[in-house]
Amino acid sequence: MRKVSAFNLVAIAAGIAFLYLPIVVLVIYSFNASRLVAVWGGWSIRWYAELIDDAPLVESALISIRLALTSATASTILGTLAALALVRFGRFRGWLLFAAMIYAPLVMPEVITGLSLLLLFVAVAVDRGFWTVAIAHTTMAMCFVTVIVQSRLVDFDMSLEEAAMDLGASPLRTFLSVTLPLILPAIAAAWMLAFALSLDDLVIASFTTGPGATTLPIRIYSEVRLGVKPEMNAVCSIMVGVVGIAVIAASLLAKLTWARGAPARL
Amino acid sequence: MKQPHGQSFWRQLVLRIPYLWLLAFFLVPFLIVLKISLSETAIAQPPYTPVLDLAAGWHGLAAFFAGLSLDNYVLLGSDPLYLLSYLKSVEIAAFATLLLLVIGYPIAYAIARTPRRWQAVLVLLTVLPFWTSLLIRIYAWMNILQRDGPLNEVLMALSIVKEPPAWLSTDTAIYVGIVYSYLPFMVLPLYATLEKLDESLVEAAADLGCPRWKIFWQVTLPLSSSGMLAGVLLCFIPIVGEFVIPDLLGGSQSPMIGQTIWMEFFGNKDWPAASAVAVVLVCLLVTPIVIYQNQAMRVVEQE
Repeated sequence: MRKVSAFNLVAIAAGIAFLYLPIVVLVIYSFNASRLVAVWGGWSIRWYAELIDDAPLVESALISIRLALTSATASTILGTLAALALVRFGRFRGWLLFAAMIYAPLVMPEVITGLSLLLLFVAVAVDRGFWTVAIAHTTMAMCFVTVIVQSRLVDFDMSLEEAAMDLGASPLRTFLSVTLPLILPAIAAAWMLAFALSLDDLVIASFTTGPGATTLPIRIYSEVRLGVKPEMNAVCSIMVGVVGIAVIAASLLAKLTWARGAPARL
Repeated sequence: MKQPHGQSFWRQLVLRIPYLWLLAFFLVPFLIVLKISLSETAIAQPPYTPVLDLAAGWHGLAAFFAGLSLDNYVLLGSDPLYLLSYLKSVEIAAFATLLLLVIGYPIAYAIARTPRRWQAVLVLLTVLPFWTSLLIRIYAWMNILQRDGPLNEVLMALSIVKEPPAWLSTDTAIYVGIVYSYLPFMVLPLYATLEKLDESLVEAAADLGCPRWKIFWQVTLPLSSSGMLAGVLLCFIPIVGEFVIPDLLGGSQSPMIGQTIWMEFFGNKDWPAASAVAVVLVCLLVTPIVIYQNQAMRVVEQE
């Protein structure tokens, strides 16, 4: 086993502290009884109690989760296909345009992506709502997925696939039983990133949303703009809690699967 | 080379689906933005004028070209608000990216050097805060940075400052927010490269008596350049167009370009001006993406 040097330990500790301290502060403040966020009024759960009655907020949270699940899945499929096409197909006709369309959305600030998609939805006179935001988020996230999966495919040992093909496996079979398992960690990471991007997004959703599809970030932004509210600290703490439990559960599951599959792979 | 029938079918499917999606939801919308940016402000106000009336035939096409005007771009050049906005965005993005690289590299390096079973946990810990809404994380900093917030209380208690300084509505607050929000974008690509780094090269250099700082400078750093480039671009490009962070943490006196577009669109309802600002911003950001693409192609061709 490799030894961890003092320098590395400090770098990791400082990095983790920087990432988590603001969240810890926020969670502590969410239990502050005082309405003034900066004044400590003792421990209390009154802001959590008030959230339960805030039906629009709960509704927004559900919309955001549904949206993230939909767009992460769609963008992972589209992005993986695009990565395969970019890495494997050489310089096909239209390659340049395709590559440009993959990388340009990464360059594209969210404000422009949102603006351009809104103008498209207005031009084709489509009713804006859940599905227009889902399309927008899928388009934005699929390019990130492509970059992640592509980096894995570039390092891919082609002789494994050639061996499977030589032994008579069809292209689909080769992909499913050789390529896919090997790039699966990259695909899973890409899905997670796409999910986070969708859950995070305020700007694109603000442009492309319509009545009845107010996502959680849009609702929170309007609250924060009107002034600091202690309820927001409580919302954040709940999100941190839910997300933390979900991610830890997912990684434990992955570890179990890995432990079972490891002897076969080695 | 002739492809077997089955393979060519899958090829077409793999290529066509993302290709068509991007044409419909990326290229076409952008062409619409381009068109609106060339429209007269007065007639292109909402309600929306049709982009191109194909039913009108040649007359429609003639009217389409006659209707184009460069007025919005002339406006961009003549009003210093826009130029200052672009300059401020590029300056903030460049400096913040440098900060991110300096802060992110040691973290990524350290994670890649820990025992393998810890790496997954540490990567997870790096990404975890990223799962919560950016807004709430920025809001957390609003709490910390406010005048009578915890940061100033600590600084006062340690007697570092006598008067509580105002952090909010300054560029410092924007940098803090950006570095905090984009750290995973820098750490993950760096980690991915450093984790794959062939350690026998480092050992070989050490065996030949190379000092540790020189190994880092001459072996590790050059070998991680692709990860550095990916991290720098993944940070720099979106930061230029950032809206939420400067809007909540920064001051209102000099907006970044993302705020300017937002203002033109939602505030002034000037769609053509917003579109023109957007088109110029895209032209500005094309250079780094060309660099990245060339680098990516070199990597592919080296294989």
